[in-house]
Formats: sequence, structure tokens, C-alpha cells
Amino acid sequence: MAKLNMVQAINLALDEMMAEDPSVVVLGEDVGVDGGVFRVTEGLIEKYGEARVIDTPLAESAIIGTAIGMALAGLKPVGEMQFCGFSYIMIPQLEGHGSRYRSRTHGQFHVPLVMRVPYGGGVRALEHHSESREASLGHFPGVKVVIPSGPRNARSLMRAAILDPDPVVYMEPKRSYRAFKEEVPEAPETVEIGKAQVIQEGTDVTVIAWGAMMHTTKKAVEEIRQARGASIELIDLLTISPMDTETICASVRKTGRLAVVQEAPLSFGPASEIIATVNDHALMHLEAPVKRVCGYDVVTPYFGRENLYLPTLGRARRGIEEVLDF
Amino acid sequence: MPKKELDTFRVSYLSILDEDGNVDKDLEPKLKKPELIELYRQMVWARRTDERMLKLQRQGRIGTFGPSTGQEAAQCAVAFAMKKQDWFAGAFREHGVRLLRGETLTRQLLYYNGQEEGNVNEEGANPRNLPISVIVGAQPLHAVGLAYAMRLQGEPETCAVTFMGDGATSEGDFHEAMNFAAVWNLPVLFVVQNNQWAISVPRSKQTKSATIAQKAIAYGMPGIQVDGNDALAVYVAAAEALDRGRSGEGPTLIEAVTYRLMMHTTADDQYKYRTKEEEDLWWRRDPLVRFRAYLEAKKIWSEKDQEALEEEYRVEIEKQVKAFEGMSGWKPDAPFDHVFGTRHERIEQQRREFLAEIAKEADRG
Repeated sequence: MAKLNMVQAINLALDEMMAEDPSVVVLGEDVGVDGGVFRVTEGLIEKYGEARVIDTPLAESAIIGTAIGMALAGLKPVGEMQFCGFSYIMIPQLEGHGSRYRSRTHGQFHVPLVMRVPYGGGVRALEHHSESREASLGHFPGVKVVIPSGPRNARSLMRAAILDPDPVVYMEPKRSYRAFKEEVPEAPETVEIGKAQVIQEGTDVTVIAWGAMMHTTKKAVEEIRQARGASIELIDLLTISPMDTETICASVRKTGRLAVVQEAPLSFGPASEIIATVNDHALMHLEAPVKRVCGYDVVTPYFGRENLYLPTLGRARRGIEEVLDF
Repeated sequence: MPKKELDTFRVSYLSILDEDGNVDKDLEPKLKKPELIELYRQMVWARRTDERMLKLQRQGRIGTFGPSTGQEAAQCAVAFAMKKQDWFAGAFREHGVRLLRGETLTRQLLYYNGQEEGNVNEEGANPRNLPISVIVGAQPLHAVGLAYAMRLQGEPETCAVTFMGDGATSEGDFHEAMNFAAVWNLPVLFVVQNNQWAISVPRSKQTKSATIAQKAIAYGMPGIQVDGNDALAVYVAAAEALDRGRSGEGPTLIEAVTYRLMMHTTADDQYKYRTKEEEDLWWRRDPLVRFRAYLEAKKIWSEKDQEALEEEYRVEIEKQVKAFEGMSGWKPDAPFDHVFGTRHERIEQQRREFLAEIAKEADRG
């Protein structure tokens, strides 16, 4: 057991996979000598050499486009988009080809690649460095989108993403990179992509969050528990797409109440999809309207105003209490 | 601090067989008689199948497709220079390459009749053929990745050959691919079929560069312009580029100057933007006519051989069209099988709903 932060945990997972499987390669801007602008790939080039840890020219479309070619020929590339705001250029290749080679050839070709995308606000960064765009990526069939919330699941989810036979977008909540440490077991763990995790069982209300919001939501849940003794079931979504219908609906059938905390803008986000899923499969079990605590449909403001716009501990707590009090 | 010239650049053009089939003996490649005949047979096969596909489309028996008539030399001669181990990442107008690398007319027909099954490399087709890429200019990046993977996996002598048109050279991905291939010094061959038209936009409106070949210079790789209707010139340029790639000397760009003798796709009317007179000029440069004249001058081909070949292909085309039209029973829910390589209840649930719905539709007659 070791106490690691999320940067160290992702680095550990990459290191473990590269040691185990010579077909795993890492590529992106500054991922080699520099170890990545967030140091997630630090030390890998020294261990595995520059043929497997590739400092690419500065071109996002080519990072994913060449990764697709590598994956078609049997490598397992892990590409890095330096920031979510620079990742939109990868979408033509991701939607146009990465997500389609399998269906286009009925499985004869497939594209086992991982694209790492640091995302989200709260780090006082420049414009284009603070967005949460998991909803856009989740809309492409053939693409899996996962988001860890802490060091331990960051490591297991990265392992699962690299082992997965299809394109996985692995979004890293950069606010959580160094925010806290967690015990990470000696032996590598994996998780099933497509499964949410009930991290705390309860009976009064279901609360769902992911990424950096998980940390905020955990605190809100703890405050409510201490203040009024409510029994709250807390779910870490982990996979945005394909979304885990069963875990969400089983919980809502049990608690009859639901609140979702999402950093991304309100409209067309995963929270909307969660609610629609509950509508399809568990609507009659609801005893209160579902509450969404989300970002707003505004262009992400510069960091001077950022904290006013990100869902806060207070907003999360008030949202959950609103559902409990209905 | 004088102002001085740092470098100068030259662009070469290669032509070996003129419009009348006269060969430049100094440049003529040392291909054996059966090889020359095989290359010619492949070009004729590409032309005849293309013509038949156009008829089938006009009869409503297949969907939209982009004919490659007129570009057989630019396509077949490159494929002829490739080795079996080489990867092919093409766009949607490389009919000749696909056939030469083992794909059947039946398979092409399936693809153009809206079945993904037409993309599956069946036995006999080269498993290193990537399927048709419809998005213009996207696939060169895949070729770069393939070549990278080959080198890392201990196959440094395997090349990746990617085709695109003149329009694709305006796309960012084309330039990124050229840059990455050069920086990584990979055995990638970029073949631009400059067929003068990107749907309605002429080559002159596509780029201010005097040649497309010279774009290679900016990326630090060799580029050459060849007469793309001259199978020998295309072959020589491709063979040299592939040799360079195999010896670790990096990528090459070939601009094959040719002409799309037909419409962009069957959904296009080319007379909205160009004249019949312009087409006639290029029909006189038909790559098949001059190659046949060359073979006949070498006394290795005759009118009788041609008649026999035409009959052989007529029969074979009928056979393959028949095979295509006899195919049925496509699994309606196959798209659900191939979203992911792993099973997910969310997808399976939608599959069940889909099957229930189509059963209800069938009940309604």
C-alpha cells in the first residue's frame, strides 16, 4: 500500500501497463522529456525509451490520427490531449474513424486506443483550459468515455482503458490531480468499463456525481449526514458512456429520490441522460422531482469568476437537501 | 550580416511512355514480359469493372459511387510496385488498387450497395487493406501510424501507402501526416492522384503551388510529379519511393497527374463546371491505350490477346455480379454486434427494442 495522488496513480498505471505489454505506447505534446505539462507521464521516457514515449509535433488531429493507425496495426497507444479545450480537433478522427473501424469492418479491424484528456475548472488557468465536455464525447457511438474521481480508481480505470479493445476517452479532472492522496494497493486493480460504483449505501436519496464533483459531493453528503442523519446512497458514475443503467435505476428504485451533481453545463449533459434513463426505467419509484446541480450554459468564464460558476459544496448540499425535503 | 540564399529547391517530373505509347528507353523499367502483361490486365480489369458498376448504378442496382476510369495507371502501377506485406490506406477512388490487392468486384458491389460486409477482407484479399475512407484527407494519418507500429514491432521494411486526391492536399490532416511521417522518418508513400478536379473545384483554385509534388519539400521529404497516365512512370516512381522507405530513408510524396474522366460520383453532373472538350483532350491520353500500344510495339500483346481478355472479363464480371445479386439474409441487428468489442447492457437493451420494433413493422406488412 502506498498513498498516492491522482497524478502519481495514473503514472503508476501507465508504468505498469508499459512494463507488462510492449505494445503500449504513449504519445502527445511534451509527454516525453518534460513528462507532460502535469507530469502524468514523468519518468516513462527514461524507462521505456523515446520509441514508446513519443514527443509528437504539436498537432492534436495527428496525435489521434496516427494513434488510430498504430492501434489498427496492433499497438495500444495512449495519447494525450494537453487540455480538454484543445481536444475538439481530435473529434473528426475520433468520430470519423476511431469509433467506426470496428463497425465499418464488422470487427475485422478495431481501434484499442486511449485518449487522455485533462479537463475541468478550478485550477486558475488560462482560457480554454477549464472546460468539461464529457457530454459531447459521450454522444459518439463506438467511443467509451470514463472519468476517475480519485487516485485509486484513476489507476484501475486507466488499466481497464488500456486493456479495452475500443477507443476510450479517459478524462482527468485536473482539479483532483494533486488535491488529495489515497491508499492505492500494491497489486494492480481493474474495473469494468460501463459500471458505476456505489461508494456509500443509503436509503433516503441517491446522489450521483463523477470526476472532480465527486470530491465536492462527498463532502456535501457527509455534512448532510452529520447535520440530519440522512441515509444517502452515493454513486460514482465512472463511465459516462456507455452509461450504467442498472446501477442508477436499482438505486433510485430503492431510495425514490435522486440528485445529480455535474460540473459541465446544464443542457444536454450526462445529468440529463441520467434523468432520462430513470424516466425510462424507474419513474414510478420517484417520490420527488430529480435535482440537477450543474454548471451553467455560459461560455466558461476566465478564472476571476470561475468559482462563482463551478458547482460548490453549498450548492451540492442545498440541492440534495431540496430533494430530501420535498 | 549579409542576406544570403540558404537553399534552393527543384521539382522533378517523370514521364516514360508518351501519349502514343513511345517509350524512353533510358528510363524504361526492367519489368519482365509476364509482369508487363499482368499490369496491363489489372488496368483493364479496373476499367471494365468500373464501367460495369456505372451501368449497375444507372439501373438502380447499386448506390452512389465514384468512378475511377482514367486513373488506372496512377492506381494499379503503385499497387503493382507494393509488396504483399505493405499496408494500403486509401480514400474512395482507388478501385484499381483494391482489385489488384485481392478485393473482388462482388465485394465492391456490396460496399456500394450499402453493406458494411463489403469492407470485410475476405480470403484472397490482402488483410492489410484498410477499408474505404470517405472523409477527405483523413486516412494519411492512419498510414503514418501503421508505419510507426510496423517499425516498432520489428517490421521496418513494411511500407504504408496512402492515396488521396488533389482536393485532400488542402486538408490539415494531409499536412500533419506529411509532417509526422517526415519527423518520424517512416516508410510512408503518399500518392496524390491529381485528377484536376475536387468535385467542381479545379486544381488551380485548390492551391497556389505550381505543383503538388513541391509540398513535400517543406516537410523535408522527396516529392516527384509523374505523368499519372503513364503506368511505367508511376511504377518507377513508386518502386523507388518504396525502396527508399524500406531502407530507412523515410517518406515520399508522388503527385500523379491524371484526370477523372467521369463524374465525381454518380450523383454529380460534371458538365455544370467543365466541358466535354476538356474531357476529350484527356481521353486522348488514356492510360490503357498507350500501355497497350507499348505492349504491342514490344510484340507481347495482340488484337487476339485483347479479344480473349475482353471475353474472359465479360464472363468474370457476369459471374461476380450474379454472386452479388444472389446475396441476401443480412443480419438486421449486426450494427449492435459491432459498436464495441465488449457487451454492454445499455446497447443490448436497445437491440431488443430494435428487434421488437422491426418485428412489429413486419407484422404490419
